[in-house]
Amino acid sequence: MQYLVSVIFDKDKDGLATPEEAAAIDVFNDRLMAEGHWVFAGGLGMPGSATVIDNRGGEAMFTDGPFLESKEFIAGFWIIEAVDLDVALKLAAEGSKACNRRVEVRPFL
Amino acid sequence: MNSADVREAITRAHREEWARLVAFLTRRLGDLDIAEEAAAEAFATAVERWPVDGVPPNPGAWLTTTANRKAIDRLRRESKRGDKHKEAQLSYDDDPPGPADAIDDERLRLIFTCCHPALAMETRVALTLRMVAGLTVPEIARAFLVQESAMGRRITRAKDKIKTARIPYRVPPAEELPGRVSGVLAVLFLVFNEGYLATGPGTDPVRHDLTAEAIRLTRLIRALMPEDGEVAGLLALMLLTEARRTARVSGGELVPLGEQDRGAWDAALIAEGHRLVRERLASGQAPGRYQILAAINAVHTSARDVRCTDWSQVVALYDQLLRLDPSPIVALNRAIAVAELDGPEVALAVVDRLGGKLAGYHAYHATRADLLRRLGRSHESRAAYDEAIELAGNTAETAYLTRRRDQLG
Repeated sequence: MQYLVSVIFDKDKDGLATPEEAAAIDVFNDRLMAEGHWVFAGGLGMPGSATVIDNRGGEAMFTDGPFLESKEFIAGFWIIEAVDLDVALKLAAEGSKACNRRVEVRPFL
Repeated sequence: MNSADVREAITRAHREEWARLVAFLTRRLGDLDIAEEAAAEAFATAVERWPVDGVPPNPGAWLTTTANRKAIDRLRRESKRGDKHKEAQLSYDDDPPGPADAIDDERLRLIFTCCHPALAMETRVALTLRMVAGLTVPEIARAFLVQESAMGRRITRAKDKIKTARIPYRVPPAEELPGRVSGVLAVLFLVFNEGYLATGPGTDPVRHDLTAEAIRLTRLIRALMPEDGEVAGLLALMLLTEARRTARVSGGELVPLGEQDRGAWDAALIAEGHRLVRERLASGQAPGRYQILAAINAVHTSARDVRCTDWSQVVALYDQLLRLDPSPIVALNRAIAVAELDGPEVALAVVDRLGGKLAGYHAYHATRADLLRRLGRSHESRAAYDEAIELAGNTAETAYLTRRRDQLG
């Protein structure tokens, strides 16, 4: 079973990860790998760097910026392997502590 | 056997077998939704067949076999339709399902799943009442004054989340148990309180169906976890509260503790509650919140007359509770006992300091109103009663507060 752990970025409060946060994230990632929970993880560019593409009409339309203007957005994510939600929640709680931000857990179908 | 006896047998089987049946099927099929539906169908079949065929010698076994068959029918129908049923959607631990004693564990698994912390509190309450207590969706909707369709959606969404997010179907491991048990007790206490002080203009002031259900489920947890002090504490607290139920409302009006007819209290429930409190005291372990609240209620129910109440003991217990839970509501309840021990003037000074945090809480204004009345400050008392009446949601409480206000000189 795989879960997406999204890191929630709040424009009003957060800046980029501090060196301490980055170091804690590295430690957490190593643990995910050592214990077989690691699938993938990554940080994302700011929403201003996004482009929305709509090719439903036959001609691809490009729109500058994110599809949703929001104070909160996804700053990065983990994809983890976990046997059930209890395990995923425990890992996500450690991830939240490591990156010092709120995270959201969602199951893959 | 006449039809009344058959109805009685079905009601009893529902009370005794519902949770076992849902728990057993969930474990077997790995799907809470199919388990619930099959259990409901089995009872519908019993309602149809038992009056004709007679009550089977072992109703539990009959219901299990019938529900099992219904579940298999549904799975076959779905696989014919091409809906792929994923085998064992729920994740669970691998202890083999044993005979009698393991069935209790099955019910415990069901309770922990319904009260999982990843579900919203109101969802946990609704799901527990449906899956464990066997209340119907319309009954639960009525109890919490929401539309039936909204309650149905809430329960369906919860079942979907349990399945999709894979909320495990198991009793949590020992290191997580205390936190998870307190989550379950919070659900049961909420159900009890909603019954005890029902809100809403159209409801009875006391919903005995809810208090009885909460007590029944707490008894079940107690039977499954006899060593847990807080489980015993919550059960004692509920019993000692329930014992005063009939004396608490008279002519649609709330009767405060000090004015209740103590002869109308239920002596058997009080004896059982006192036994539990003594058992916890004898354990020598530090009590948690429910045990302290139960002890406070034990002091009240030990007094034959309100004037015999050991108020210093009550205040000491509230002091102990405040150290565990320094909330303004606990401080307010402590102040009510202080009024009896040190007089209303001392208590009012304490209560007034809580105003910033409790301005939206009806009991804060009701307590102030009462203390001001006792101090002869009628004008301020009336204003406080007005505020309390405005905020109170329980019809019997509103009636009591209104009469008190109107009696002011």
